[in-house]
Amino acid sequence: MAQTASRPNEQTDAMTRIDDTFARLKAEGKKAFVAYVMAGDPDFETSLAVVKGLPGAGVDIIELGLPFTDPMADGPTIQLAGQRALEGGQTLQKTLDIARALRADDDTTPIVMMGYYNPIYSRGVDRFLAEAKEAGIDGLIIVDLPPEEDDELCIPAQKAGLNFIRLATPTTDDARLPAVLKNTSGFVYYVSITGITGAAEAQAGDVAPEVARIKAATDLPVVVGFGIKTPETAEAIAGVADGCVVGSAIVAEIGAGKSPDEVVGFVRSLADGAHRA
Amino acid sequence: MPDDILNSFMTGPDEKGRFGDFGGRFVSETLMPLILELERQYEHAKTDDSFWDEMHHLWTHYVGRPSPMYFAERLTERLGGAKVYMKRDELNHTGAHKINNVLGQIILARRMGKTRIIAETGAGQHGVATATVCAKFGLKCVVYMGAHDVERQAPNVFRMKLLGAEVVPVTSGRGTLKDAMNDALRDWVTNVRDTFYCIGTVAGPHPYPAMVRDFQAIIGKEAKEQMMAAEGRLPDTIIAAIGGGSNAMGLFFPFLDDKDVSIIGVEAGGKGVNDKMEHCASLTGGRPGVLHGNRTYLLQDEDGQILEGHSISAGLDYPGIGPEHSWLHEIGRAKYVSITDTEALDAFQLCCETEGIIPALEPSHALAHVAKIAPDLPKDHIICMNMCGRGDKDIFTVARALGWDMSGA
Repeated sequence: MAQTASRPNEQTDAMTRIDDTFARLKAEGKKAFVAYVMAGDPDFETSLAVVKGLPGAGVDIIELGLPFTDPMADGPTIQLAGQRALEGGQTLQKTLDIARALRADDDTTPIVMMGYYNPIYSRGVDRFLAEAKEAGIDGLIIVDLPPEEDDELCIPAQKAGLNFIRLATPTTDDARLPAVLKNTSGFVYYVSITGITGAAEAQAGDVAPEVARIKAATDLPVVVGFGIKTPETAEAIAGVADGCVVGSAIVAEIGAGKSPDEVVGFVRSLADGAHRA
Repeated sequence: MPDDILNSFMTGPDEKGRFGDFGGRFVSETLMPLILELERQYEHAKTDDSFWDEMHHLWTHYVGRPSPMYFAERLTERLGGAKVYMKRDELNHTGAHKINNVLGQIILARRMGKTRIIAETGAGQHGVATATVCAKFGLKCVVYMGAHDVERQAPNVFRMKLLGAEVVPVTSGRGTLKDAMNDALRDWVTNVRDTFYCIGTVAGPHPYPAMVRDFQAIIGKEAKEQMMAAEGRLPDTIIAAIGGGSNAMGLFFPFLDDKDVSIIGVEAGGKGVNDKMEHCASLTGGRPGVLHGNRTYLLQDEDGQILEGHSISAGLDYPGIGPEHSWLHEIGRAKYVSITDTEALDAFQLCCETEGIIPALEPSHALAHVAKIAPDLPKDHIICMNMCGRGDKDIFTVARALGWDMSGA
């Protein structure tokens, strides 16, 4: 096993809600189900109602999307969700407010903020990290910050006690993998396809050897996302990893105008699928 | 010339792809290995004589370089002050400076074994140049263009189609140049093995800003030699228009260490640099942020959301600017000003009337600044402006702005 990422959060040396969650799941012999929703989509109140329903639907980790005008790694479903949220007046402040509101009722479900760097950079990194920590955010996934730019946010985030979760992809070869894992904490997010969110369906047969390759280089849990749309795929993919992420399929339900109860019901079916694995 | 390399402005970017604090590699992990590979290949090509031999051969026989350095005598007389020269890059094949860079990137793509070229385009000039060179080499070409631009630049869309390119109208976001760039990046992230992304300006993740600059620097290198031949000395002032900033960087770069040469970049001031963002002046009206792989000055709101600018010129209609310009702005080596739509239209007409040259709306901005400063400068002051594109593509826009009815024409 690699030395570099052998402890849950080497940078802070403290257990986070993410580490606790994976420890609990391991003890229960279960895989993690991670659900992504765009904060403020289509408006603050509806979005908050969905987020509050997620833990009860079996979601182990919540990924809270931070809307951005130019989401260059996302497909149309999540782009449109971001546009709806921004048109509804969503801001970074209101995204932190959603986390804070969930945290008031729930002190255990990890919240990972996922998005792009500019809104955070615009806020100021130090100010953002202090506010995110205070709001009960546990980790960050920032798509446009590769290891080459670790000084920007990754290192400061770890120092502030937040996990920085890195994406590994099919183009991350063995030579590059150690650099990707080096400052990663919480878990590793394996992107199942080369492409954007909501695109081609992930294939468990393709994903399994890749997850094995990453697990040979780290003790961190490996969670797989991109291209998972049904309970069946969730089960198949979670079966070859430590968990799976569903985003676009859930966001599409919100985009179709489903009520928070209907959305949460759909999420429950996905979580049940992943937990069968 | 600088005393030593530490005093040079020409050593950037550093190993992280930074010009001071600007530039960098802000891309998703999927693209990161591709960008590192591109950097390796470019670093190799840069010092390979056979690469530059191929470039110079095509620049000479296909593009028509060197482009002339033209003394604009009647314009100079009309303005009544400084002597005005024009670097005639609008005479290049395809009618703009864009092809200088496209040739370089496509020769590189061929060396890397890539068979499919993608590009973004605003006004369509970069798209046309890319489609042209792809046709010449028999490469598959896909051009992303904002749906709004597809509509207002119909002749260029048809040109690209004649040249065998697929033009994809981009409706995501607000269907503009920045959205076209987003969709090109989405294509690249999906087709990582066979595809080369040919970026049209000095922006994007490292190594693009440096690579595109190096390919465009032929403009400034020629300009230096031509000014020496014509006047026996360097110009006092060099001026170019800036959207992303590639024609300007191409002219400016070889002059950066000639500290007596004053350098002026002209941004699109639209309806005026105001709080309503009815302009595209990233340096004069924006602030630093991260978009499309680099840190640079951007038009953005207080929450870091990117704003759409406005300009009469579709080629300047981009909310960012190349990172090297941001750096030159901050250290003060170049000065950046803005010119409004109205001023650019006046300069467009002035150039047609006095010189018999129909300029593109982009260099009309540079020309408008020349017209602003030349009258107050002494007659032995030499200005060299970059006439980076011809105006054929813009006559419909200009006709509309001047209230001329083209429907019966």
